[in-house]
Amino acid sequence: MDSDKGRDQGKDTVRDTGMDFASHGLRESATFDRATIHAIQRAAATGVYDIRGWGAKRSLPHFDDLLFLGASMSRYPLEGYRERCDTDVVLGARNAKYPLHLDIPVTIAGMSFGALSANAKEALGRGASAAGTSTTTGDGGMTPEERGQSKHLVYQYLPSRYGMNPDDLREADAIEVVLGQGAKPGGGGMLLGQKITDRVAGMRTLPVGVDQRSACRHPDWTGPDDLTIKIGELREITDWEKPIYVKVGATRTYYDVKLAVHAGADVVVVDGMQGGTAATQEVFIEHVGIPTLAAIPQAVQALRELGVHREVQLIVSGGIRTGADVAKAIALGADAVAIGTAALIALGDNHPRHDAEYRQLGSAAGYFDDFQDGRDPAGISTQDEELAARLDPVEGGRRLANYLRVLTMEAQTLARACGKAHLHHLEPEDLVALTIESAAMARVPLAGTDWIPGAVR
Amino acid sequence: MAALTEAEVVDLAASSVRDLNQALHAPQPAVSWRVLNPRGAHSVACGLKDEVTVDIAGHVGYYCAGMNQHATVTVHGNAGVGVAENMMSGTVRVRGDASQSAGATAHGGLLVIEGNAAARCGISMKGVDIVVGGNVGHMSAFMGQAGRLVVCGDAGDALGDSLYEARIYVKGTVKSLGADCVEKEMRDEHLTELAELLKAAEFDEDPADFRRYGSARQLYHFKVDNSTVY
Repeated sequence: MDSDKGRDQGKDTVRDTGMDFASHGLRESATFDRATIHAIQRAAATGVYDIRGWGAKRSLPHFDDLLFLGASMSRYPLEGYRERCDTDVVLGARNAKYPLHLDIPVTIAGMSFGALSANAKEALGRGASAAGTSTTTGDGGMTPEERGQSKHLVYQYLPSRYGMNPDDLREADAIEVVLGQGAKPGGGGMLLGQKITDRVAGMRTLPVGVDQRSACRHPDWTGPDDLTIKIGELREITDWEKPIYVKVGATRTYYDVKLAVHAGADVVVVDGMQGGTAATQEVFIEHVGIPTLAAIPQAVQALRELGVHREVQLIVSGGIRTGADVAKAIALGADAVAIGTAALIALGDNHPRHDAEYRQLGSAAGYFDDFQDGRDPAGISTQDEELAARLDPVEGGRRLANYLRVLTMEAQTLARACGKAHLHHLEPEDLVALTIESAAMARVPLAGTDWIPGAVR
Repeated sequence: MAALTEAEVVDLAASSVRDLNQALHAPQPAVSWRVLNPRGAHSVACGLKDEVTVDIAGHVGYYCAGMNQHATVTVHGNAGVGVAENMMSGTVRVRGDASQSAGATAHGGLLVIEGNAAARCGISMKGVDIVVGGNVGHMSAFMGQAGRLVVCGDAGDALGDSLYEARIYVKGTVKSLGADCVEKEMRDEHLTELAELLKAAEFDEDPADFRRYGSARQLYHFKVDNSTVY
């Protein structure tokens, strides 16, 4: 129906542009909203579940629901730009001969070459190195592009062991044993055939073009007792030089962190359900795991009870976007945070300049999440050489470094306002919550009250 | 175990595994080593990267010869979980039996188990050759990507489940095949490569007595008729 015709037919005719549905008495179902209807129609048409990138998109209690209590009478603040507020962090000093010394407490999360283009990996390395922080490999091995550009590189040890190589292990600055990720705790990696090019297939010892289904459990150990032995082996192979991280998706975080520490982790990485993925079933992303906000206090409680808070470092990821998020995560007890999705956005993901091309792919700038598809017009989540060439790794690295500096300066701004000379001096006492849910999850009082729902007084 | 008298001897009753491994990792290590009293220790002789020979006199625990490169490691006893896991090259020989996940994810080299291997032998193998004198347990060569697994005895349930391109030869019975694993024709080139593997492993079996198994390649794509919508 065209709009002119609609207007001619009088007030009861629903026009198809600029329509005010409510004034026509139309009401969208909260249960069966348009996205839900579309999902059912898509499932009915194709017979396969939806696979996409990005993390949980649903609304969740998050750092936005917390506020800082700036200093006034009872505390005094520090001068911005004139009084120091340090940001450095040491990771993995518990057992390793060479712990990581980072200038800022914002690291780059594990993202594979395969999921991302070689240029994107190089850009991440350049940006992180310029800002004095670390990058992390992913499910697919270490590339020269990434090793060459990353001053501090964390090598992931995953169930698939794609490209796992002792020479690369010895080249790494830290080792991260991955049990899971926030987007899919309990799920293995996934990389669809369109991204399994000759180079990716070669690195992973897979046939070109297969839909790769990675294992979800490690092939040679099961459970925390075995993990203790596995960590021992990794230390033996690398002569006790490198910090060993254990990464878990946030679920039973209190117990998982305790077990990780008992197994010998130097650093525990907890990834909340907002943490991103390159390819996972939509149902998995949205329905498994807990919000980052709910995970941090559980992890900190576990570390405190074991007497190792700040000795075994806690890295938190999943939905970190701003310096406020960084400061709040640290105030709740994290030693550092990791960013993935935000780093890709800094490189150029979902930029409005690609909007026309996103629309050709059935998406739009701000909505694009088809990282699994390999046709990313920004040249980031692709293995297509022509598309990948659109991302200049030097320019991308510069943007990421800028963004990392802004995150750090924002976090410093908040810390100084709270009178802290180091980001790590922030504490839960500096925070209040805006909602009952966030108060209960973050274990800080509802603003204006001394009420922490669930806390035993 | 020739030239034992010239070997560097490390007694694990007196030294730690850490001292042993660091000595083995040192630049230009001695070419021949003998390890006494392993007593089931974990991670013995792992991360080796030079052409050395290590004879271990007794049983070892988990991850013996893990990530081996170029070295020849012989266990004169049984091996625990994950012997020669992620091996890249070299040779690892177990005179006795091996526990589960022997040769897991290994990319190259030769793993010989003269006795039996437990479950998941060759899980996620990525190019290694594994020759087992006895039987293998269930889920052996699970998700095997590349390399060859030779079993002179019987195989347990779900052999070769979700197999990629690894090739499996079994002389005895196969209790059941895993998803997407099928028996395949034994052609001349397979008889030839099997003969070479048996010879390298120093076994006298006749290649003609074996059957070959491999991937039907039906799980390589989620659902072929819908591939455009993934």
